[in-house]
Amino acid sequence: MTNADACRYTKSHEWAASAGDVVTVGVSDHAQKEITDVVFVDLPKVGRKVSKGEAVAVVESVKAAFDIYAPISGEIVAVNGELAKAPGLVNESPQDKGWFFRVKPANAGELGELMDAAAYDKFLKAGGH
Amino acid sequence: MTTASAARRTPLYELHKEAGGKIVDFHGWELPVQYSSIVKEHQAVRTACGIFDVSHMGQVTVSGPQALEFVQKINSNDAERLKPGDAMYSHMPNERGGIVDDIIVSRLAADRFFIVVNAATREKDFAWMTLQAKGLDVRLADRGDDYGMVALQGPRAAELMDVIAPGSAKLKRFGALELELFGEPSLITRTGYTGEDGCEFIVPTAVTPLVWQALMAKGSAFGLLPCGLGARDTLRLEAGYLLYGSDIDDEHSPFEAGYGWVVKLTKKDFIGKKWLEAQKDSGIRRRLTGIRMLEGGVPRAGMAVTLDGRRLGTLSSASFSPTFRIGIGMGYFDRTDLAAGTRVALDMHGRTVAAEVAALPFYRLPK
Repeated sequence: MTNADACRYTKSHEWAASAGDVVTVGVSDHAQKEITDVVFVDLPKVGRKVSKGEAVAVVESVKAAFDIYAPISGEIVAVNGELAKAPGLVNESPQDKGWFFRVKPANAGELGELMDAAAYDKFLKAGGH
Repeated sequence: MTTASAARRTPLYELHKEAGGKIVDFHGWELPVQYSSIVKEHQAVRTACGIFDVSHMGQVTVSGPQALEFVQKINSNDAERLKPGDAMYSHMPNERGGIVDDIIVSRLAADRFFIVVNAATREKDFAWMTLQAKGLDVRLADRGDDYGMVALQGPRAAELMDVIAPGSAKLKRFGALELELFGEPSLITRTGYTGEDGCEFIVPTAVTPLVWQALMAKGSAFGLLPCGLGARDTLRLEAGYLLYGSDIDDEHSPFEAGYGWVVKLTKKDFIGKKWLEAQKDSGIRRRLTGIRMLEGGVPRAGMAVTLDGRRLGTLSSASFSPTFRIGIGMGYFDRTDLAAGTRVALDMHGRTVAAEVAALPFYRLPK
């Protein structure tokens, strides 16, 4: 279970939540509403080294495809296999069952540079896309 | 030469906004792409019913002593077989085997026809028709600004149709019925673009919102959902219907599109007949072919399709199919002999993904 308030957020609408030494990543509730019906998610391979801001996954709705960017640098240590069978989890449970992948951070401080829930909320209210 | 103009709005624009429709620009028209969810709207039409604002479509009326001669000249199907109250789907060929537009022709009386044309081609079509009407005793009118149009589609459409216009459910498939709706002269045709039963209400713009509101008010008992352009596209793609500008255009023929049935070479002369006869004799070199994904990923128009590493063509239309829960598409391939089940590949965002050739249409109304 991921607490939306405890998550950090990117301007490209990914959330990142730290637990132990890994960070779980998904898309925000705002993002899933914008994407609409998710019908396919292409996830990165476990073991891949990713850099902050790198496009690492693709989420597709009926109408369009969207890139998902790594919120922090590190190594992919797990992906959510459930999304292959049930991509709709991204819409139904964006901040819990609809998570995308887990990253082992390369730099401990990077997560803290992202927006907290209050800052993200302000960003959305200011019309952030 | 046409000049760019501000986006046009249908008579239902305010109602779409109120209902939470997500408005997009569609060939210069502000229309909802969806209300709730493309997948849910699609399913409503396959299992219950849905309504679509298709007021952007154009309408042309044809009347006069030589109305039939005119209609026969410009379309490839046989209008002589239409009795008053009959409608048909057809193509307007050009003189070199391409298609000016695909149309629905209704015969309202011996000397009176009503033609529904595509929104994006409305001006081009009317100019073409006007040119072809020279020397014939016929009156043409572009009535696109005078009518709104609402499509009611789905297995429960007939029940709701009868509530809105009592007795209208007796109308047969491809029937056309003139009647008064909300006191205004209107037309109902038993036609659609979804692969389901249903009808289209063609009504003066002033009463179009009343028709929409009546359908919304009475429709909940029949599982009705308002549907946007997104569901309209996935429904028509599953049903193998063509999208003008994507699947057919001035450069592709009805034979190449797999719509040879709308070309009646036995009828008297019509525009493009000689070219089409020649193509029928010599055979086509490319064919609009269906594909179905064998793994995840959503095919999109413009993606390349290959067979054993050799490029076959690109997709003209493609999407996720809400009915089959897999990606489907179609495109012109320069091989016309590919059997259903032939393994092909798609280049999808840099990945090579497996697909197979599929028979068209993907979806046929269960008998």
